[in-house]
Amino acid sequence: MNHSIEVKNLHVSIDGQAILKGFNLTIPKGEVHALMGPNGTGKSTLAKVMAGHEDYIVESGEVLLDGVNILGQEPDEISHAGLFLAFQYPMEIPGVSIANFIRAAKQARLPEGEEINAIEYYKELYAKMDALKMDRKFTARSLNEGFSGGEKKRCEILQMAMLDPKYCVMDETDSGLDIDALRIVSEGVNLMRSEDRAFLVITHYQRLLDYIVPDVVHVMFDGRIVHSGDKELAKELESKGYDWVKEAFATASA
Amino acid sequence: MNTSLETSTKTLSAKEPSWLAERRSAGLDRFKNLAMPTARAEEWRFASVGKLSIDNFNPVVAPSSATLDALTERSNLVSDRAGLMVYVDDAPANFECIGPELAKQGVIYLPISEAVEQHPDLMEKYFLQESTELGSQKFFGLHAATVKAGAMLYVPKGVEIEKPFVNYYWTSGGRAAVFPHTLIIAEDNSKASVVDIFFSETKDNEALNISVSNIHAGANAHVFRKVVQDWNEKTVSFQLDTTVADRDAQVKNVAVNIGAERARFENQTRIKGAGADVKMYSLTVAEGTQEFDQRTYQTHKAPNAVSDLLYKNALLDNSRTIFSGLIKVAEGAQQTDAYQTNRNLLLDPSADANALPGLEILANDVRCSHGATTGNVDKEELFYMMQRGIPQRVAMQLMVFGFFEEVIEKIDSEELVENLRQLIHQKFSGKIS
Ligand SMILES: Nc1ncnc2c1ncn2[C@@H]1O[C@H](COP(=O)(O)OP(=O)(O)OP(=O)(O)O)[C@@H](O)[C@H]1O
Ligand SMILES: [Mg+2]
Repeated sequence: MNHSIEVKNLHVSIDGQAILKGFNLTIPKGEVHALMGPNGTGKSTLAKVMAGHEDYIVESGEVLLDGVNILGQEPDEISHAGLFLAFQYPMEIPGVSIANFIRAAKQARLPEGEEINAIEYYKELYAKMDALKMDRKFTARSLNEGFSGGEKKRCEILQMAMLDPKYCVMDETDSGLDIDALRIVSEGVNLMRSEDRAFLVITHYQRLLDYIVPDVVHVMFDGRIVHSGDKELAKELESKGYDWVKEAFATASA
Repeated sequence: MNTSLETSTKTLSAKEPSWLAERRSAGLDRFKNLAMPTARAEEWRFASVGKLSIDNFNPVVAPSSATLDALTERSNLVSDRAGLMVYVDDAPANFECIGPELAKQGVIYLPISEAVEQHPDLMEKYFLQESTELGSQKFFGLHAATVKAGAMLYVPKGVEIEKPFVNYYWTSGGRAAVFPHTLIIAEDNSKASVVDIFFSETKDNEALNISVSNIHAGANAHVFRKVVQDWNEKTVSFQLDTTVADRDAQVKNVAVNIGAERARFENQTRIKGAGADVKMYSLTVAEGTQEFDQRTYQTHKAPNAVSDLLYKNALLDNSRTIFSGLIKVAEGAQQTDAYQTNRNLLLDPSADANALPGLEILANDVRCSHGATTGNVDKEELFYMMQRGIPQRVAMQLMVFGFFEEVIEKIDSEELVENLRQLIHQKFSGKIS
């Protein structure tokens, strides 16, 4: 079994309102899949359900990581199973520095009684910040507090690089990034692409996919994937808009 | 407790000057004549007064020398210091006196009993002369009647001491009642800092504490007092603290409250001289069924002065906190800046934080504010942290440290900050399964 992320017939609701309506997706290891779709179709909902957010009611379906269903597990357990979610809207955590936060996250992955090596930790942290062109002074700042939109997104990728996840879900990491930052962040992600990692990249913009070239592009509409194709599909969407998708696929599958 | 009390007060008084014997017997009268607090009294509103029994505690049996040594060994939160006193159940365990340099400058740092013998005039002027007026007068009376342990620090005019004086007050015996006292007299233009530490030997030696601390800051004196209260959760504690600030004095109080089953904390600040500046910071971690009851009173009697209070409480489980603060600005105290802020962070929905902020202003040209907020842990913040693999309790601990940061950063000693983080961490790690 080399299927890395499998979402099977997932039905999710919140406050009695159905949001994911039979969502299916398979991302084999080593691949990058892009997920696109109009506002409010449920992309972030999918990401948060995969990460174990307690507000969403899973009516049916499964999310398998290497064959193991993670639905029902606590968010920290899912994280330890290897899933990382780069948030569309990262939270601000006052009084908790970036350095201490990432350190706590790494510490939580060590066996009882084992302490993180501070010198090596900082070496790694600084190297990865340098690669993302983040000022080292940021380590002492409260996590995301008062950060610009672009700085927050960069900080998400820093955390992803530091935690070395096997399954990466990136929710609109490109929104808020300027052209240079987009390139830098994409390079960071491309460096992480590897045979044993799977990426789900949620975006509205084809431009990101010029940098992070996807193996498959999926189009989501009204709680499920209605069409999939190669990277050319993103270009087609960009020129034709989502109405084209709605007409061509949504009604057909409804 | 009453029967043995009379005799122990008499025994203490026998060897003491008459002014002190009078103060003790007045204290005893107060203790006997004032009623136990009731929940109906405004000063005790929200407090579980029914659980504040001070009966069945014993006058202290002298601890063994092995205990004294062991606890002296553990009195190590601050290593770089100007002096150290360690008491165990009100018995002296260790005393590192001041060096010859300070002695030559006229600095006095002595156990209060010795201070009474050697410096009766100073002690008559300052000892047991200030008490809070916030509801615990009865308990202050008991303290005055029985106090024998504590530290007296006197810093003469113009003498500046950077290193702190560290006073440890331990409890150890079965159902021991202790009455520690810290008296700080900082004369004009002097500078001093003190750390008072309240610890229990074990997790389950029951104890009653009624401690008093008085700061007298002279003109332009700088005083910094840090208090670490980490009694075990079998302790009932009353801490009755006052500050009197003269002209241009600068006083900073930082209290870290972690322990006790019930902890009543009264803090009264009297601005006596123009231009004084007094800061009161406190942070509390409450868990289990602990109750922290905090009553504060900032009185401004002189103009152009500042008092700033910030009390932050983090509550877990079924714990409770009560904050009741009053700012009173007298008629002539123009250009006063007085602030009072209480912030509560509820980590569990079953925890209970009460706030009663108050203002009473008789001057017309002042800047005063008071406010209290109580918030729950932000669920989305928690999700974000847990998504990074951080377990819930650890995430909460990080949030609590984040919440406390603005108080912790006021503490000037790296070592003490690190040790305090460790104490708070230990309190949480008991809960991380
Ligand atoms: N916590 C919530 N409470 C109520 N409704 C919610 C909640 N979360 C999501 N929804 C609703 O679910 C639907 C899907 O939202 P979601 O955020 O998943 O969309 P999206 O595809 O990520 O959109 P966008 O492209 O704008 O980010 C929306 O109608 C949204 O209002
Ligand atoms: Mg979204």
